[in-house]
Amino acid sequence: MIGQIKMFSMKNVASVTLRSLVYVAMGLTAISLLGILSYILFNGVKAFKWSLIFGKFSSANPSMSFSIVTTCVMILLTLLIAVPISIFCAVYLTEYAKRKNIFVNWIRLATETLAGIPSIVFGLFGAIFFGTVMGFGYSILTGCLTVAIMLLPVIIRQTEEAVKSVPDMYREGSYGLGASKLRTVFRIVLPSAMPGILSAVILSMGRIIGETAALIFTLGTVAQLPGGLLDSSRTLAVHMYISTRDGGAAGREVAFLTGAVLIVVILCMNIGASYIGGKVGKDFEN
Amino acid sequence: MAKDIKEIREKGAEYFFLLCSLVSIGAVLLICYFIFAGAYPALRDIGAWAFLTGDLWKPTDHPPSFGIFNMIAGSIYVTAGACIFGVPVGVFAAVYMAKYCPRKIYPVASQLVSLLAGIPSIIYGFFGMMMIVPFIQENFSGNGNSVLAASIVLGVMILPTVIKVSEVSIRAVPKSYFEGALALGATKEQSIFFVGIPAAKSGILAGVILGIGRAIGETMAVVMVAGNSNILPESIFKSVRTLTANIVLEMGYAAGPHYDAIVATGAVLFVFILMLNIVLNIINKGAQTSGGLS
Repeated sequence: MIGQIKMFSMKNVASVTLRSLVYVAMGLTAISLLGILSYILFNGVKAFKWSLIFGKFSSANPSMSFSIVTTCVMILLTLLIAVPISIFCAVYLTEYAKRKNIFVNWIRLATETLAGIPSIVFGLFGAIFFGTVMGFGYSILTGCLTVAIMLLPVIIRQTEEAVKSVPDMYREGSYGLGASKLRTVFRIVLPSAMPGILSAVILSMGRIIGETAALIFTLGTVAQLPGGLLDSSRTLAVHMYISTRDGGAAGREVAFLTGAVLIVVILCMNIGASYIGGKVGKDFEN
Repeated sequence: MAKDIKEIREKGAEYFFLLCSLVSIGAVLLICYFIFAGAYPALRDIGAWAFLTGDLWKPTDHPPSFGIFNMIAGSIYVTAGACIFGVPVGVFAAVYMAKYCPRKIYPVASQLVSLLAGIPSIIYGFFGMMMIVPFIQENFSGNGNSVLAASIVLGVMILPTVIKVSEVSIRAVPKSYFEGALALGATKEQSIFFVGIPAAKSGILAGVILGIGRAIGETMAVVMVAGNSNILPESIFKSVRTLTANIVLEMGYAAGPHYDAIVATGAVLFVFILMLNIVLNIINKGAQTSGGLS
């Protein structure tokens, strides 16, 4: 009886309302994600034609074949530029820099600033600096360099965390056996941090694949198979945008299919990254 | 002799690592320099005040007029709209993640939030264009391309940022806070919303600021749903053009003073982001020095 009276007190009404709002909010989040994914995937499957994926691009068949190649090339080159720089930076910050090193604060401020800059500003900068000042024009090279800068803060931060989580015991053991610092870094620290680094790399691949705003004015939008580093082309995401903008109804079909391909690839990468990083559920505590 | 070579190698590696670390600083300096230097001619010729407060953007007229007031307002409108949708949902969802989520569901829910962050903006924009815009057109006034459509899309896009950062800061509140509240007779909800959230407020605020940064800088998703007319929208069903949209729509064919004005638009956007960064730093510093948590 007492319990029942308590059920209707104001306190409980407020609590129940708040609790339901919590569930509604999580529900809305899940529904937005699943809604978007299923809508694009469903329509992508409906628009599916082999010729749209692997066929030769023409105005009659606005296929994505060339942009698949461009996307792969972009991923490879961008990672080639961004990953070593970021890993070495993270190593410097965690293994070498002394606590009061003047550079450290500046480096942190710079990476934080880079992380906040919108991709369109990167695009603008890339077009001016790499495109015009350095003279690379609309090209794969301009696009790669621009996106590589965007990825620096992402990879640096995650590598730093991975390197920090390597127990000091490992380092001490290595020094104790007479290994130099450099050897310790490359033989002990980095291999132990590898899962974290790999998951950062995979996530950055996802960012390269999804990037559009920074690429339109750096990589350009020419529909062609790139013949060299200085050729313009489109990644899948750019192809999706241009098809939507200029392609009319046929363009939308292509956009659906391209979107579905993008989603499948990014789904695989996200899941792969979290398995490799072993992050899922690690920070769980209730 | 061998020892010398080894020492040189060690020192050399350290300097090489330092050099790689300086790349980020160099990049920031280059970005600042080229964006602001590129914007300078426009600001000099048009006048900074006239550029910021002018409401006419007719870059191809003779003589042309360059005023971006409507776009600054547009960016602020859609960002505010995104916060209205995204922040409450995000904070409540963060409470779910931190305090309600069963152990078995947590990996799935966490993956779901990261996926939401991983979806390319072009896909959000395309979805908004195909679903949200037609929905608004059918059920409300106007042709659907509107402040409302952009706000909804951006509201979903800032969710992962708000959720992740808020979740971390709610988790960082010591357990004893909640236990104390429970011991005093509070319900679980009261302990969370009247003790936990106030204690985590600086972290949640940081998440919101990061979300604002993401919303104001978002380009592709907004361009596809906002309509992009250069007007000051009188209602949420009217078309709007943001700073980012202005850049992406006109940069392709702009030349001469028009090009400079586009770069200046980017500079204004950049200044907005830098200001948000400063606010974020102040909040984070405040959270550290007040030492309240963890």
